[in-house]
Amino acid sequence: MTLAVQFTQVSRQFGDVKAVDRVSIDIQDGEFFSMLGPSGSGKTTCLRLIAGFEQPSAGSIRIHGEEATGLAPYQRDVNTVFQDYALFPHMNVRDNVAYGLKVKGVAKAERIQRADEALEMVALGGYGERKPVQLSGGQRQRVALARALVNRPRVLLLDEPLGALDLKLREQMQGELKKLQRQLGITFIFVTHDQTEALSMSDRVAVFNKGRIEQVDTPRNLYMKPATTFVAEFVGTSNVIRGELARELSGYPQPFSIRPEHVRFAEGPLANGEVEVHGLLHDIQYQGSATRYELKLANGQTLNLSQANTQWQDNAAPHQAGQQLSVRWAREAMVTLHDAVSGEV
Amino acid sequence: MNTLAIAPTPAPGSPLRRFSNLLYRRPNLYLSLLLVPPLLWFGAIYLGSLLTLLWQGFYTFDDFTMAVTPDLTLANFTALFQPSNFDIILRTLSMAIAVSIASAIVAFPIAYYMARYTRGKTKAFFYIAVMLPMWASYIVKAYAWTLLLAKGGVAQWFVQHLGLGPVLQFVLGIPGVGGSTLSTSHLGRFLVFVYIWLPFMILPIQASLERLPPSLLQASADLGARPRQTFMQVILPLSIPGIAAGSIFTFSLTLGDFIVPQLVGPPGYFVGSMVYAQQGAIGNMPMAAAFTLVPIVLIAIYLSVVKRLGAFDAL
Repeated sequence: MTLAVQFTQVSRQFGDVKAVDRVSIDIQDGEFFSMLGPSGSGKTTCLRLIAGFEQPSAGSIRIHGEEATGLAPYQRDVNTVFQDYALFPHMNVRDNVAYGLKVKGVAKAERIQRADEALEMVALGGYGERKPVQLSGGQRQRVALARALVNRPRVLLLDEPLGALDLKLREQMQGELKKLQRQLGITFIFVTHDQTEALSMSDRVAVFNKGRIEQVDTPRNLYMKPATTFVAEFVGTSNVIRGELARELSGYPQPFSIRPEHVRFAEGPLANGEVEVHGLLHDIQYQGSATRYELKLANGQTLNLSQANTQWQDNAAPHQAGQQLSVRWAREAMVTLHDAVSGEV
Repeated sequence: MNTLAIAPTPAPGSPLRRFSNLLYRRPNLYLSLLLVPPLLWFGAIYLGSLLTLLWQGFYTFDDFTMAVTPDLTLANFTALFQPSNFDIILRTLSMAIAVSIASAIVAFPIAYYMARYTRGKTKAFFYIAVMLPMWASYIVKAYAWTLLLAKGGVAQWFVQHLGLGPVLQFVLGIPGVGGSTLSTSHLGRFLVFVYIWLPFMILPIQASLERLPPSLLQASADLGARPRQTFMQVILPLSIPGIAAGSIFTFSLTLGDFIVPQLVGPPGYFVGSMVYAQQGAIGNMPMAAAFTLVPIVLIAIYLSVVKRLGAFDAL
């Protein structure tokens, strides 16, 4: 399988700040690849490096095998969907979509036809004559998508494109983007700070922290087998147990992660391969589909326990805050974590 | 509990409090209190006197007695189309157009640099540098230019030392552009106008470019547009409101100016200096009023053309 984008030891420095620090990634052709991380973690800079809006301070970027370092944005076969959509306010929707074809000298009849097809594809057929200001946020988002896709790029870059939409619309667009990517078979590189978005859409996710990549993996592995403390805490919620307690429970000095939903209240005798801790039930949060219990352990650490509310009957919470409780989990559910960032992937 | 400092409010029931409550309940009263003084000043005093002046354009001026009588006539307005008067209008109009075009061309790069490449202190420096010439008296600047452009002045000395003397002689020899020296040529007058009105062009263009989100330029490049295409397709169309606003200044200021044409350039009236001469030296107020109408009409035509070009669509 060919590589759509390949980063080799890429760094980008702004003054003293290393926005991207020796990052290496291989993005497969046709993959839905997400870059996930908090703001300032370097994910957007990586996207801009691929688009050509930034040039690397060191390292090499290859796009479909060709060295892209030093190429201007207009010399690259990638297109971007911008966070603020960046639609041209003085052009109508059709001219916006046809812009890429126009500057490449495609004949007028063909570019109008292709622009209308692209608008059709994002369910905005018949909106060609409108100006961007007359559209809603979700519609502008689709126009931006059509404008990028009409050029038939081999790699589509999406810079937090759903960030400005409300929750319902965002979920709907997530599904549509995923469907579109399968249908077109082109590489999508999706930047987001929303971990559920990254998990639900991507084939693989790279987790960024402080300019470096912590882990690149499938959503399932990322959640079930986080490599570092940062990944365990950023992707989903996790209990990271450190220090003496970690050694006592797992037998290793490294911290480990245990997901709240893998912890359960103690009942009956301790089974083989299980560990048990005791603590004071501090807080109970009812969250609808689940209830979260917050325990204070003897050493002062907090441990979260999440119990799915699978019964339709309105059962009152089985425990009250202030109770002393024992909780258990399977040894296999513990994932040993590394604190150091693994630079290589 | 509340540790925030709060401005003392008038005690309930005090006249001030009742007045502020009244304004709160009646926003229209509040608005009219704010707007009536400037509207009086602008509407009654400015527009009133302007209309009175224009009305005098219909009065009759007796050439022999030099007296103005309120007998209504269209003679003054038809007189505008006499060749000698019409020449003045054409001369002023073509200068205003040339000055506006040249100002836009000169101002654009400076405005672009200010908007896109400067920030913080550098930007403040550029703002001050652009406006600094406006702090000096306008007449002083115009006089300074007469000296700069005079025979044996700095401009000519400079051109001679560059070995471009013959070129200057050739340019000064072109009818309608030249004259005997730079300071008595149309070209010299044009240079002074461009210099004096340039800040009025730079600032609106700069403001329009400032509003242009950088992501639009990136999107254009991303879609495959070369820098020249991005400029023609995105930057220029979106800065047209700024250019239009600036050109309204340069156009109308040139149309109404009466000092520069007297100090620099060949003899011959401009609309502004004609108004000045008619009402001051000659005392022909009706003719001056008729001439005053010329820039108003020209600017109205100009605005409608600019509007038709779509300059105000993006506002």
